[in-house]
Amino acid sequence: MNDDTSYLFDPANWAWASPQSIPHRILEHLQFTAIALALAAAIAIPIGLYIGHTNRGAFLAINIGNAGRSIPTFGLLSLIVTLVGLGKLPLILALVVLAVPPILTTTYAGLRAVDPAAVDAARGMGMRPLQILFQAEVPIALPLILSGLRSAALQVVATATVAAYVGLGGLGRLLVDGLSLNQYDRVVAGAVLVAVLAILIDVAGSLVQRLVVSPGVSGRVVGVGKASSSTSIPEAAGAPA
Amino acid sequence: MIEYIGNNFDLILTAFGQHIALALIPVLIGVVVALPLGYLAVRRDWLYQPIVTITGVLYSIPSLALFVVLPVIIGTKVLSPLNIIVALAIYTVALLVRSVADALRSVDRTVTQAATAMGYRPVKRLFGVDLPIALPVMLAGLRVATVSNISLVSVGAIIGVGGLGSLFTRGLQLRFAEPIIVGIVLSVLLAAVCDSLIVLAQRYFTPWVRVGART
Repeated sequence: MNDDTSYLFDPANWAWASPQSIPHRILEHLQFTAIALALAAAIAIPIGLYIGHTNRGAFLAINIGNAGRSIPTFGLLSLIVTLVGLGKLPLILALVVLAVPPILTTTYAGLRAVDPAAVDAARGMGMRPLQILFQAEVPIALPLILSGLRSAALQVVATATVAAYVGLGGLGRLLVDGLSLNQYDRVVAGAVLVAVLAILIDVAGSLVQRLVVSPGVSGRVVGVGKASSSTSIPEAAGAPA
Repeated sequence: MIEYIGNNFDLILTAFGQHIALALIPVLIGVVVALPLGYLAVRRDWLYQPIVTITGVLYSIPSLALFVVLPVIIGTKVLSPLNIIVALAIYTVALLVRSVADALRSVDRTVTQAATAMGYRPVKRLFGVDLPIALPVMLAGLRVATVSNISLVSVGAIIGVGGLGSLFTRGLQLRFAEPIIVGIVLSVLLAAVCDSLIVLAQRYFTPWVRVGART
């Protein structure tokens, strides 16, 4: 096992001075991920909000979601590279196509799952449509919207490794170079780093979710969250186990 | 395009066959492993949280990383298709255990009590009452697992394992779009067919869902 991890723990591979060192690979990987995710969110969230708020085009959203999931990203990347040539653009495009469906479907599903009574109450308080959307529907739907973003982030981080196959950087470089050089410890280093990065991003996502989701929605405030649900608890608790 | 398909028919067919095997064998393994695990997570309540957490971590490991690290862990050859099958089986289990546990948990308490009162013993109740009622949620998880497996197999071509991904690497090396397009279309079609088959199976095995919706 020691032989397999020698690349990962060799300090020379972590030196900042070399542009091919591990820290640079991590930064490249994060850069691909961030750009693709930001673009996908900029496309999918407005569309998801529109469809969820108006309930128009729901059929379209669900079908794009399902069809998008089944497109092999590696195939799409290969196709774009063959058509327009090498570069970052094909990679980003392919990753955006990968990330749009989960964000779109959860944004839509999140808005549809908002209790209509809450929307009615917001309207009754005199809110305009946009106020209803951003002050009532979005805060309530936020946990689902964020879970979509998190699962998109996971998929993009994992899939960004294919960048190396079309001559770009990122952590996939370690995998692809290691395989072609028969340097197995390099492969292991790449695999471990991608997995750790994915898990860290997911943890960061759950922290952000705790910060931005209203305590009343996530049920962390005893007074508000529990009070409404406590009405249904007696029946459940009263049932014999 | 048609000329390409005609000239390479055998090659495409072989890749397609490998793709089907590499994607669907893990689904079968996953179902066999996930059912008892999910059941256990429901029966032993304290197991639920650890199982959900562990499977969540497993699911976040990137496929390419898992494909290349598995040989170290299970002692297979680097280029063995077994790595792909085991890796995808792990993803399937990770996804399905949660669906199975959540599905069994969602079965209405009063229904299981009624079944017990009618004289159902635990095992018969599990197969005759709990599992059928939990089926729609479990199959929803199975659909996601199957479709994502089918699209993940193609990544295996980067490490030299066959399947439709080999058409992608070939097209990339030759700067030739035809094999890539054929590969994408076949992969998406396979996913659509498998997905529809699961939906049809659900309709057949849970006819009460539709009857209930009509009334």
